[in-house]
Amino acid sequence: MDRREFIKHSAAAVAATSVLATACKNNNGKSPLPLEGESEGASMSLRTNPNTGDQVSLLGFGMMRLPVQAGGTARENPDSPIDQDAVNEMVDYALEHGVNFFDTSPVYCQGLSERATGIALSRHPRKSYYISTKLSNFSPEIWSLKESKAMFEHSLKDLQTDYIDYLLLHGLGMGGGGRDADGAFRGRFIENGLLDWLVEQKRKGRIRNLGFSFHGSPEALASILRLHDEGKYHWDFALIELNYLDWHYANEINARNTDAEYLYGELEKRGIPMLVMEPLLGGRLAKQPDAITARMRKKDSRFSPAAWAFRFAGTPKGILSVLSGMTYMEHMRENIATYSPLVPLSDEENEWLLTLARDIYELKAIPCTACNYCMPCPYGLNIPGIFAHYNKCIAEGTMPSVDGRDNEFQRNRRAFLVGYDRAVPSVRQADHCIGCDHCVSHCPQRIDIPKEMQRIDRFVDQLRQANS
Amino acid sequence: MLRKIRITLATVCFVLINLLFLGVSWGLSQHIAWVAKIQFLPALLALDYAMLLVLIVVTLLFGRIYCSVICPLGVMQDLFGWMGKKAKKNRYSHSPEKKWLRYGVLAVFILCLIIGFAPVTTLLAPYSAYGRVVNSLFRPLYDLLNNGLAAFESHYDSYIFSEVQLWMRSVTTFIVALLTLGVLGFLAWRNGRTYCNTICPVGTILSFFSRFSLLRVQMDKDKCKNCSLCEKNCKASAIDFKAGTVDASRCVACGDCLEVCHFDALHYKPSVFSHQHSAGSDLHQPDMSKRAFVTGAVLATGAAAMAQAKIKVDGGMAVIEDKQVPDRETPVTPPGSISAYNMNRHCTACQLCVSACPNNVLRPSTDPLRFMQPEMSFERGYCRPECTRCSQVCPTGAIKPITKEEKTAIHIGHAVWIEQNCIPVTNGDHCGACARHCLAWAIQMVEKEINGKTVEVPVVDTEKCIGCGKCENLCPARPFSAIYVEGNTMHHIN
Repeated sequence: MDRREFIKHSAAAVAATSVLATACKNNNGKSPLPLEGESEGASMSLRTNPNTGDQVSLLGFGMMRLPVQAGGTARENPDSPIDQDAVNEMVDYALEHGVNFFDTSPVYCQGLSERATGIALSRHPRKSYYISTKLSNFSPEIWSLKESKAMFEHSLKDLQTDYIDYLLLHGLGMGGGGRDADGAFRGRFIENGLLDWLVEQKRKGRIRNLGFSFHGSPEALASILRLHDEGKYHWDFALIELNYLDWHYANEINARNTDAEYLYGELEKRGIPMLVMEPLLGGRLAKQPDAITARMRKKDSRFSPAAWAFRFAGTPKGILSVLSGMTYMEHMRENIATYSPLVPLSDEENEWLLTLARDIYELKAIPCTACNYCMPCPYGLNIPGIFAHYNKCIAEGTMPSVDGRDNEFQRNRRAFLVGYDRAVPSVRQADHCIGCDHCVSHCPQRIDIPKEMQRIDRFVDQLRQANS
Repeated sequence: MLRKIRITLATVCFVLINLLFLGVSWGLSQHIAWVAKIQFLPALLALDYAMLLVLIVVTLLFGRIYCSVICPLGVMQDLFGWMGKKAKKNRYSHSPEKKWLRYGVLAVFILCLIIGFAPVTTLLAPYSAYGRVVNSLFRPLYDLLNNGLAAFESHYDSYIFSEVQLWMRSVTTFIVALLTLGVLGFLAWRNGRTYCNTICPVGTILSFFSRFSLLRVQMDKDKCKNCSLCEKNCKASAIDFKAGTVDASRCVACGDCLEVCHFDALHYKPSVFSHQHSAGSDLHQPDMSKRAFVTGAVLATGAAAMAQAKIKVDGGMAVIEDKQVPDRETPVTPPGSISAYNMNRHCTACQLCVSACPNNVLRPSTDPLRFMQPEMSFERGYCRPECTRCSQVCPTGAIKPITKEEKTAIHIGHAVWIEQNCIPVTNGDHCGACARHCLAWAIQMVEKEINGKTVEVPVVDTEKCIGCGKCENLCPARPFSAIYVEGNTMHHIN
């Protein structure tokens, strides 16, 4: 029995037992139960695109963190090829359960995501799903019209389709090629005539919706929306980062970012439908410190931290779809369950969650979502790996305080240092950052990566020296 | 009774010294480091006269129990001998003492000690021969086990075992250790203590004293029925049952003969004091002339290969080329060793410091004149300021004990910058990793015009530099760092 068959069989077994479990209301604990929140016959919440009438599933499958054959994602095992079987299984499962929105990019998964997505989706009727991909012409080397057009054509080829449902100008507001946000936007899309060409493709039906994804300041957003307001270009949709932490604290976490509340307001009042990215901040909102999890469960025991985050992201009416970069089947099942159907947050719950966000913000985790845009670091650092370990210790409440000397400090110190060596090989650790700044412009969270690396380096060194 | 006491004590010493050499845990090691300091040659090299006196008095009282209990190489041979006896009982026989060989080897050994020719002394020294066997052959296995356990426990959020790097510190030392184990194991399997009674310089020195020991194994010829079992079970080939003699110079007081004799003809008891006199030896620490270790040195250069992807896709990991050891004009030796010269004169190359080094800095030298003695290099780590472990375990005084505070004032070397490797020069990236990490604030970045471009490059204040190797270790240039440590011929203290 190959793995696909095995999964099919076990899925059938799960379905059978869940029927059984409902019938008997008394499970012996040996047969697998359905995952939390899953129920039979429930259907995915859908949202309507006001421009095209598309019925889009509230959960969208982000193809950015695809599983690799060696286990985990390309972040853990960068040299391992994508596990196409697993991707196919997840795509099949998603479609079966009402997920019809798939978002990718030419640069995701070391440039291999579109191909894997194309392989998986082409096994299904083209009309049964929407494809979203991006013009990711970040390197100034490919800012020319010719190179950028080639990128779009290449996407069509890899995705095995002759039209894209949702095409995004990737990462507006970020700057690049030595230019600021506005300069990079002009260099990538205006001065080379690329945006006009894309509008033409839309007229030809090769693009159905033309929009942008955004990481930047309110000023950068204003200049992009001005084009829309002045009627030069029409934005059919936008992809923004939205979650309960970024709602009020995006700007406080990093002064160069914009609070989601503002982004949402600006787009909503223009009637531009929105896609949401980072609903879980790269999984960080799903892994909360025990105290935070306890408060969430106490508030409503049905909802896990991930479910709370998805409910928050899916509740606003202007949201078309919430994109989640899922690696594991279990996560997909749980997320599908959360939106089948969505239980919208009440005003009171919304208020409560935003208060909780304040406490999470106060933990001061590094706002890395492991998107891997910064990678590969030319000097070999595993940047997301280092941040993930640091954040894990914060989330687990085991961060050793530098001036501590008690038993708990010693225990936490050891866990931090041993865990650090396990998570990141020593030649890829923070002390090897030279401050070349190549990564800085790539980070959509606008983290000052070299500064954080040097801070972590000093922290680790203090811990190493603090052996009793 | 003698045998049981001997086996018990030997087991304790043997287990402890193995734990020490395996580097089981520093928490334990610092409390059992004494087991290396009671070794004869280390005590001699450390000029620990009190310890030497104790060992000599013990030998004068009890015979060569040192060889049966304290010496790990002796106990190792006993283990092989024990297995050999399992394969074939009563396998030994008497042989006459090979004085010319014993004294010949001892003479060569002392000569090499006096002129400071380390390769011979380190090869012959029994304790360090054993240290190399454990460090080169058994420690990797232990580390493998440790890493396996670490990988296992990492699934359970447990942090008892921390991963260690497994790497070949020196191929030649590994081969020497393999030969030591193979040859001595074979000899011990067949003939017992051949090495101890022909080659071992410590065995020969102690035999001077054991000839006059108070307690010794003696044969009562009246009770002896000439069954020959004692002779056939004497691993030292010291018993001649026909003549009724036991050669006290070679007997290691193991007690095996006492157990096999069915007729109560052998006793471990006080001897007659007829020959007793104090045997002064010529083994004072000789006055030695200084010799520099200048080896032809060519500055190692290497281009920093740091290719950058042209079209930027997300993810992936840059390949990291392994660092290579630069040619150092003067070897870098650990703080506490005073100078490479002092290290060379006192070190028996037992590898205990190499075992103790948690930062992968120490490794046995391949230089023929400093063969297998430790030297420092910084491809895998640097000499961390809070660590003084090598100085605490060294039994020979080659690395004298120092405190963390003393360490900060010891300048073991100084950093040297190599322009053509430096990243700001080779690819224009802003760097400064060496200056930022310097523990002694000895490096600063200054602007310099190179090839028509103004770049920031490091300058080293050699007066401040302590030679810890952090800059060399963290320099992004590969395979050869753009900044490396040259040893100071004598460590500067201030």
